[in-house]
Amino acid sequence: MSRPHRLGLFAVSAAGLTALLLWGVAGLPDFGHYRGPYGFVLNASAPGERHVTNVVAAVVFDYRGFDTLGEEFILFASVMGVALLLRDVRDGAGRRGDAMRSDAVRLVGLGFAGVLLLTGLYVVAHGYLTPGGGFQGGVVVAAAFVLVYLAGEYRGYRRLTPIVVMDVSEGSGAGGYAVIGIVSLLLGSAFLHNFGPLGTGGTLAAGGSIAFLNVATALEVTAAFVLLFTEFLEELSAVRAGARS
Amino acid sequence: MSYLPFALAVWIFVVGLYGVVTSRNLIHLAVCLSVMQSSTYVLLLSIGYLSGGTAPIFADVPKGTRAVDPVVQALALTDVVVSVTVLALLLALAIQVQKHSETLDPDELRTMHG
Repeated sequence: MSRPHRLGLFAVSAAGLTALLLWGVAGLPDFGHYRGPYGFVLNASAPGERHVTNVVAAVVFDYRGFDTLGEEFILFASVMGVALLLRDVRDGAGRRGDAMRSDAVRLVGLGFAGVLLLTGLYVVAHGYLTPGGGFQGGVVVAAAFVLVYLAGEYRGYRRLTPIVVMDVSEGSGAGGYAVIGIVSLLLGSAFLHNFGPLGTGGTLAAGGSIAFLNVATALEVTAAFVLLFTEFLEELSAVRAGARS
Repeated sequence: MSYLPFALAVWIFVVGLYGVVTSRNLIHLAVCLSVMQSSTYVLLLSIGYLSGGTAPIFADVPKGTRAVDPVVQALALTDVVVSVTVLALLLALAIQVQKHSETLDPDELRTMHG
């Protein structure tokens, strides 16, 4: 089919699809008039049932924990896919030194990397109490490593993020999540059902197994993002080395 | 009576789809796909929104505070992170396509073999 024909066909079908979608959303409850019931039930019962204050984290790591297991494995599979696709064709070429020559950038960058790492760990640790959690905190922690690279410390970045360690962290994050689910089974309840002491509400020692799943997710997400960044970075330096030779 | 946020989600979806259909570059196509995907966040969060509701986080708030639906927020939050890694996978595929067939145009790819 030629390009004009294809576009014509798309125009007709897109108009139909838009009409169908608009008709569909017109049947939804008005914006701002959420009818529930799931959200209301969870908001009312989660703080009492699980002793956590962040109900979103309780949904992610407890009430819909099985769904998150699936998401974890999508994450795992796509990072493995990237590694397989990009590592295959590279032969270790393109190792390079630090390109950044500015001491000021280096100093500020490295200083902020520490602050960012601490912020990320805080976001992870308090994930089930205040806004945050393993997914968000994991990305912030990974950003701290990237900041080390941006500050011009390529060698430092590679020393901080050995690929083997990141591979193992990524695998054990995803695997650990599944193992925590199996522990629930061994304790005689359903897969991924919350276990462990629920602790005092509003403190770090609350939520039972939510805390473990939170940490497993943070490990997985951090390693996944560092691995992705490293793979694309190596690809870039391989391309640059190829352009030079 | 406000359907504007839902209409916005439809618009983002259709615009992204237009980009995918007319794309001449695989990297552009991957980005258009993530535009389409972000329409689902707008739709989900709009459905769960409650007028005057706060975030469903009950640290230091009085009992009985109205809060928005936490389920759709949880769905959006996991997907934001996961979709980035899927986008990275698509971009890695685009790199491989470029290496093997020296083009990123999907139309040219169809006529190439081997």
